[in-house]
Amino acid sequence: MALLELSDLEKSFGAVQVLNGVDLQVDEGEVVGLVGDNGAGKSTLMKAVTGVYPVDNGRVQFDGEDLTQIEPGTRRSKGIEMIYQDLALAPQQDVANNIFLGREPTRRLWGLFPNFVDKVKIDQEAQKMVDRLGVHVPTIHIPVGMLSGGQQQTIAIARALTFQPKLVIMDEPTAALAVREVESVLQLIRQMRDEGIAIILISHRLNDVFEVSSRIVVLRRGNVIADLQRDETDMAEVVSYIVGAHT
Amino acid sequence: MSSNGTEGPVAPATSFRFGFGAVARALERTHVRAESLLVLVALAAIMAVLSPVTGDGTRVFLTANNLFNIILASATFGILAIGATFVISAAGIDLSLGSVLGLASVTGAALVVTLGWPWYFAIIGSLGAGAAAGWVNGFIITRGRVPAFIVTLGMLGIARGLALIISNGRGIYGLPEEILFLGQARPWGVPTPVFILIGVALIAHYVLAHTPFGHHTLALGDNENAARATGINVRKQRMKLYTISGLMAGIAGLIFTARVNTGDPTAGLTYELLAITAAIIGGTNLFGGRGSILGTMIGALIMGVLQNGLNLMAVQAYYQQMAIGAVLIAAVWLDQVRAQQRE
Ligand SMILES: Nc1ncnc2c1ncn2[C@@H]1O[C@H](COP(=O)(O)OP(=O)(O)OP(=O)(O)O)[C@@H](O)[C@H]1O
Ligand SMILES: [Mg+2]
Repeated sequence: MALLELSDLEKSFGAVQVLNGVDLQVDEGEVVGLVGDNGAGKSTLMKAVTGVYPVDNGRVQFDGEDLTQIEPGTRRSKGIEMIYQDLALAPQQDVANNIFLGREPTRRLWGLFPNFVDKVKIDQEAQKMVDRLGVHVPTIHIPVGMLSGGQQQTIAIARALTFQPKLVIMDEPTAALAVREVESVLQLIRQMRDEGIAIILISHRLNDVFEVSSRIVVLRRGNVIADLQRDETDMAEVVSYIVGAHT
Repeated sequence: MSSNGTEGPVAPATSFRFGFGAVARALERTHVRAESLLVLVALAAIMAVLSPVTGDGTRVFLTANNLFNIILASATFGILAIGATFVISAAGIDLSLGSVLGLASVTGAALVVTLGWPWYFAIIGSLGAGAAAGWVNGFIITRGRVPAFIVTLGMLGIARGLALIISNGRGIYGLPEEILFLGQARPWGVPTPVFILIGVALIAHYVLAHTPFGHHTLALGDNENAARATGINVRKQRMKLYTISGLMAGIAGLIFTARVNTGDPTAGLTYELLAITAAIIGGTNLFGGRGSILGTMIGALIMGVLQNGLNLMAVQAYYQQMAIGAVLIAAVWLDQVRAQQRE
């Protein structure tokens, strides 16, 4: 049984139909590359998976459960994480708080006052995560907005990996990264796959997609027009699907 | 993965801004701007020097009685400013604070004085009316997607009109002992409203700085998409914030009633100006993402000192309004200049 099963997803913004009935399945531990032209609907489709965008029609099934009407926070706690194209970080909050945003561990202060955010724990765990990913930040107490684009991108990745996800959606995770950091992210993807985490990788860098994916799905104008096994296709074919030249 | 480039702990970059160790770190941890504390001290010094001299040679400003007066006056809009801090740090605004204070004042008094219900209905009525008005603000802002600026500006008119209707445009005079205690008593020599202010401020500080609710509030003001993406229910969060803001106006209205022994439909007129100014000069970011209750308390004291000092110097109320308005604009202007310098 597939981990993620999307059936007949439709979504429009006003008069503009962005998703025209998308079907897609992703298995456990599978790395799927999702490619397509600018505006093809990739980000919209994935936001429908995380629940940030409610869909007009269709079904989102995850781990055998229908999540279509479930809110983003609950979907996250069920193991769906996404690294958003715009990163979705809170610039004035520090690195540690961003990593734990929406998931703050709490304790009782002096055994009395409930719901006290355990900042010590947040800082420790965030430091561990940052060290594990080898993020170059001067300190986890710095506001995220003061970091470079690449550093921010790694913080967004750290946030997605901190809570044992089952599915990680990465929307252009390497767009702002230098060559060496791109290699790190690809290595990280392979490592996650080996741990059984499913990954959907959205990228315009087909080289990267080919390097780590086992399947490549092409979205065009809100339709899945190709679902290809990596080993049975090549870059020329994928490109021809993306630009609509394939018949 | 590539190796970690930093060795050992590195001090937060922002702590270099102020020179003096422990105080600076304490301020930093509570997100209080050192500048606002300096402004408070400097302003108090100026007011002390400029204020008239009493018979025995002391400055009127510095007498214990006058200092209590400052805190007492600050208590009402200080509690409003706490409401403003919650809403503004989530990138919202509540312009209805002063009017809702007036509505809360007459609602509580009307239940007890006009209808003859037991004394505690003054508390229930004031707090209930405040929270209800805030809830309505939140409901229309989140459901109708009407800008907070417009909704709360409308509520400014509605709440004031309602207060005048309930009271027939006249003060509702003569509340029971128990209520007057909340405004006029001085247990251990300290006016009750000061205790209420401190109590409310401590709880509010705890909530904003140390609970998930507070973290979510700041994140929402910082980047709504980030809040939504991390699973925060943005709509519910906003509803709660505007309800809290209204509740603060309710508490302030109750104190006002108790202090003057009257449910006054004109109570809190233009207090939103004081409350929002106190929050902003206390370090709350007008555009959201940053806010501190302790900073707001310093801001409220600055406004209190300013008002009190101008009173002592016999400056007319009209000029005081102008001064407060000018302080608000100057504070935001200064913030903008600094933000541009940082870029
Ligand atoms: N919130 C929104 N409101 C209105 N239209 C939107 C919104 N989000 C996306 N769209 C529209 O939906 C279409 C698909 O956008 P989407 O961001 O999903 O594309 P994409 O495949 O991710 O493109 P890119 O490769 O440029 O990131 C675009 O035409 C876009 O203008
Ligand atoms: Mg996109």
